[in-house]
Amino acid sequence: MQTHAQPIGGPLFTRAYFVLLSIAAIGMALILWRFWVGLGVSTGLSDGYPLGIWIALDVVTGTALACGGYAVALVVYIFNKGQFHPLIRPAILTSALGYTIAGASVAVDLGRPWNMWKIPTYVWAWNLNSSLLEVALCIMAYVFVLWIELSPAFMEKFSVDGPPLLQKWSKRLLPIVNKALIWIIALGMLLPTMHQSSLGSLMMLAGPKLHPLWLTGWLPLLFLMSCLAMGYAIVVFESVFSSRAFGRNPEVPMLINLQKIAAWGGLVFVAVRVADLAYSGNLHYAMTLDLYGTMFWIETVLWLLPLVMMLASPRPNLGSLFRGAMVVALAGALYRFDTYLVAFQPGPGWHYFPSVPEMFITIGLVALELAIYVAVVKRFPIIAGMTPAQPARPAALVAQGSANSGARTFHLADS
Amino acid sequence: MNTDRRAFFKNIAAAAATLTVLPTAALAREKKTAPSDAVGMLYDTTKCIGCKACVVACKEANHMPADTDGYGHGLYDSPDSLNQYTKNIIQLYKDGNEQSFAKKQCMHCIDPACVGACMLGALQKGKFGVVSYDVSKCVGCRYCETVCPFNVPKFEWAKAAPKIVKCEFCKERLAEGKQPACTEVCPRKAVIFGKYTDLLDEAHLRLENNPGKYVNKVYGERELGGTQVLYLSHIDFEKIGFRFKQDESVPHLQQTVSHGIYKGFVGPIALYGLLGAVLFRNRGNSEKES
Repeated sequence: MQTHAQPIGGPLFTRAYFVLLSIAAIGMALILWRFWVGLGVSTGLSDGYPLGIWIALDVVTGTALACGGYAVALVVYIFNKGQFHPLIRPAILTSALGYTIAGASVAVDLGRPWNMWKIPTYVWAWNLNSSLLEVALCIMAYVFVLWIELSPAFMEKFSVDGPPLLQKWSKRLLPIVNKALIWIIALGMLLPTMHQSSLGSLMMLAGPKLHPLWLTGWLPLLFLMSCLAMGYAIVVFESVFSSRAFGRNPEVPMLINLQKIAAWGGLVFVAVRVADLAYSGNLHYAMTLDLYGTMFWIETVLWLLPLVMMLASPRPNLGSLFRGAMVVALAGALYRFDTYLVAFQPGPGWHYFPSVPEMFITIGLVALELAIYVAVVKRFPIIAGMTPAQPARPAALVAQGSANSGARTFHLADS
Repeated sequence: MNTDRRAFFKNIAAAAATLTVLPTAALAREKKTAPSDAVGMLYDTTKCIGCKACVVACKEANHMPADTDGYGHGLYDSPDSLNQYTKNIIQLYKDGNEQSFAKKQCMHCIDPACVGACMLGALQKGKFGVVSYDVSKCVGCRYCETVCPFNVPKFEWAKAAPKIVKCEFCKERLAEGKQPACTEVCPRKAVIFGKYTDLLDEAHLRLENNPGKYVNKVYGERELGGTQVLYLSHIDFEKIGFRFKQDESVPHLQQTVSHGIYKGFVGPIALYGLLGAVLFRNRGNSEKES
């Protein structure tokens, strides 16, 4: 069984890579400009819409897309599904990058970012009622945790061919990190559980300014579910993408199982939401087909569609898996984006549309994230060589592994 | 294989149930009441003549710059709403023959959403119940603007080192034993300053003594958990810009749920212990796999 991660290798500076770097460079230049001219000139933000795409997209949606590491770690370590293990490192890498970029976005968005250091250090000033404080502290800690979780990938390489000093330290630290990894991984599951649900609590405090179809005491649960669904979807997406882009074998049997969880999860999400709306007597807002009712139905259809697609195609293939994952990601992204921007009603006279520089900063940050991702997987052991070969699996695991039923169907696709 | 999958979904269901029972098990959060030293303002639309003396006095007392972007193109200080240069404003509602002036400034909520939102307590409810701002603890996240049901806090969009701008009830003047600049200067006593409880009594007295003159309600007595600035109006409160009628304060829902989840931080610590224990039990398997 060959699950050991290896660097992809190959030339880094291709033409496509230069395009990516150029887009990132434009974004970075615009960030400098934003600090020079201030937020009023550089963004479409206003006192009515003080939070824009840098928060609603980069942070709220972006970190949910970066929950692949969280979702897969939960399956591998808690539900003890070792066969998903090859997906862990690429998922942790995208999570680490996604959260780091989200943190960068926040720093660009804040009016007084030089005061950021006070958030973790002014312990006596902490407002424990503030969901935002919890989100901020958790995300700061989680970025740190993710890079530690990923550090063995770097140290494995450096301990072999790094510069002498780096080699020495990598050899010394690697066993220590590996030993402590269990407790770091546990933290890496606790922190997203906390801050991803608190991202929902955050908008509970918008109270009457949030449309009743979105305002509910269940926001923390719905946000937690949406980030898990998106985490799974992104792992499917990533696996398919890296198999295509780098010519690797996709982990089809594993992906089928992940897709199942995400698809049925969509149904649970809709059930919780509709039941709550019926209980609170706000379901009638969904019958009004204004902007809000329409968005609610689009979200609902997107949440249910992956299940319908899955049930309609009893023989899933890479293409159907990929499409299903895209729909799940879209459902979660739209729900989160709507909660922060579309369903937010500051009152008559206020409008928001992101300015062009605002959009290019977001695009630039995503390009930067992709550029770093490509560089890291090409040079460091992130992506596993092959799908675990079935015959080599321990007999006990084969007997109970639910992935294997799928594996039989996909024998041809796999090889 | 089936039993394994069933166990898997059972695990998920159990985890979901744990997470969802927690908030509902929370004790109802107690309704907040005004502090005993609370002061307030009472504004009466029937007395206001729209002279804007209060706007000028506010700018002077708070050293605020003129807003010359609007009417007159640089000739006048003419803000059209509360903004980064303006902590107090007189607005006009007019529809046919019906018209009313409306004074806007911070409502100094009894249970303020902005204070609940603020990470390091840059916004705080302090002496006299005044919601005040301390720039040294502000990171400029603008979450206070997002959550304020009255859209009061404003942000200095044009500045490289922006602050939040809002009425702080002339707290420096209060400390000197004076009243706020706006109430002091009002020639018609359309807005008056006083102890919060006295003003509530006064407002009800006016309603009783002048049947039919006002909408039969003191806005701010109950709305959004109560505000220390109270309003009497001869036309619908919605028309003079008060969108929300709910009695429940904004932080009530969020804090009930969040306190339920995070009570004593027991939930997160227990979850961490549980995750660690399961990981420890499973460690052999994941090591074998990698």
